[in-house]
Amino acid sequence: MTELIVKGTWVEVYNLVLPAGERAPQVPEDTQKVPLEMRTKGFLVKPASLGDETEIVTTVGRRLRGKLIEVNPAYTHQFGPPTPELSAIGEEVRAILRARGQLK
Amino acid sequence: MIESVSYETLMSQRAEIMKQSVGIDYAQYETGVLAFDYERLLADTGYDVNTACEIQSNTAVGHTPLIELKNITELVRAVAKPGKGARIFVKDEAANPSGSFKDRRASLSVHQAKQKNYTGVVAATSGNYGAAVASQAAKAGLRCIVVQEAFDSQGIAQPEIAEKTRACEAYGAEVIRLSVGPELFYVFLRVLKETGYFNASLYTPYSVLGIETLGYELAVQMQEQQAVFPDVVIATHAGGGNVTGTARGLRKAGAVDTQVIAASVDLSGLHMASDHDFNRKSFTTGHTGFSIPFTSWPDRVDVPRNAARALRYMDRFVTVTQGEVFYITQVLAELEGLQRGPAGNTSLAAAFVIAQELDKEKIIVVQETEYTGAGKHPFSQLNLAKQMGVEVRRGDPKDNKPGQHIVIPEHPSQITVTDVELDHVRRSYLHHAIESLNQGEHLSDVDIDFLAAETHSSKTYVQEVINALC
Ligand SMILES: Cc1ncc(COP(=O)(O)O)c(C=O)c1O
Repeated sequence: MTELIVKGTWVEVYNLVLPAGERAPQVPEDTQKVPLEMRTKGFLVKPASLGDETEIVTTVGRRLRGKLIEVNPAYTHQFGPPTPELSAIGEEVRAILRARGQLK
Repeated sequence: MIESVSYETLMSQRAEIMKQSVGIDYAQYETGVLAFDYERLLADTGYDVNTACEIQSNTAVGHTPLIELKNITELVRAVAKPGKGARIFVKDEAANPSGSFKDRRASLSVHQAKQKNYTGVVAATSGNYGAAVASQAAKAGLRCIVVQEAFDSQGIAQPEIAEKTRACEAYGAEVIRLSVGPELFYVFLRVLKETGYFNASLYTPYSVLGIETLGYELAVQMQEQQAVFPDVVIATHAGGGNVTGTARGLRKAGAVDTQVIAASVDLSGLHMASDHDFNRKSFTTGHTGFSIPFTSWPDRVDVPRNAARALRYMDRFVTVTQGEVFYITQVLAELEGLQRGPAGNTSLAAAFVIAQELDKEKIIVVQETEYTGAGKHPFSQLNLAKQMGVEVRRGDPKDNKPGQHIVIPEHPSQITVTDVELDHVRRSYLHHAIESLNQGEHLSDVDIDFLAAETHSSKTYVQEVINALC
């Protein structure tokens, strides 16, 4: 954890924007109970360790301070397994068209 | 907390920050206590539909194919009454550089920012629009920041928004990701103030004028292909720019009799600012969480006047269920060989039903597709839904309940639309209008005229509703 991450590394920093209980009045109750959090990526300005308050330069050249939470953050969105509830639809609708002589 | 500028201080500077960052003095368009000169606000930008087309051509935006969905039309006819089953066409907006019609919307803003010597653009958006602004900015050599509402308090990102993060970063933009809540606006203002960049708002005249080319183009293409204007155009509807721009473009092309139908996914019961509901929607746009409030009161946006005023332009407003949209997405892939969506497939699901109401020779255009992929695909959304405890099953779509059950139809004949009563929406609009009046303000004739135009009704109607309200 104390390992130093080199300057210039692509990282993500965290900031607490509004703490729980200090949210805008129009926000529903469940959201009131949690903070407004912010995550921003950029290049590390000085060597730092995970968890440190540090500074980044974003791709537009903006400097931003925040807690270092990720190094070279991954894109993790994916398809995942196919959805069984969708897998029969193609054959069902083709069967309807076949019955009308529209498909072989 | 990270900043010295307090929420209150920044909010009090809001008007000035907006004026600097959009370059429009909205006050000069006020004509009454509520009324403003909408047409002049748009016209003063100097972008007519031909200029917009030209600017868009320079960045390969627009001129997307108009494709007839013959197999889906056959499927419509298989379940329709004899003689019914209109032809369905789709405008393949996924062919735009960043994969959706939002490139049209971004193009004039970025062009304007460049003309006015701003060094960068900022947009508050979790959707395709961010990728569109980032793509246009990349081409124009401008810096770009996108502010997203991206993850819930457990740190779980909505997969479609995660894909937008990736896309924006691919174009070199900075992405500021926030957890759930409308205070995003505060962060957005802070960034505008700090950077002095142009506010590429979704709701400026530039945005809406950029979309006019979509309606214009599809009318011209239909004339070329079929020598008629479409009978019906269906647009997936959220904040209202899509409906507004498309309808205006259709009119400018002369397609004045084309019926414009807005379609949204029904997300009733889910709260848009709820941390709990955030990852239980399975849709990030084109849903009633935006479309109902925005249609009944458009001036709830980052700029003083929303140029997207959908109630002026819609002839009908329908909703479909989540399960129906996922079903039709699969049908589009397997019968037409087009993997697209999610958003355009909301109007495709509606088109599937509305085509059954119309005679065979009528023509319906679904006015957009968008690209799909990891995060945007039904698998991504339905896997997340299951993880969040939402049940996914086959059955009668009438049993679909947002946040609880996503019901995928068992047969195409089960797909239906639910009409949103426009009379109800108009009354709701007028109610908001009256509520927005300050103490001592009175409506003049100009205001009544304005409200009639806003609600696509008449002075008599407006008077009657207002008299009943007051
Ligand atoms: C692909 C797509 N279609 C439709 C919409 C809805 O457009 P609007 O918000 O202008 O109603 C959006 C944006 O939210 C979108 O990204």
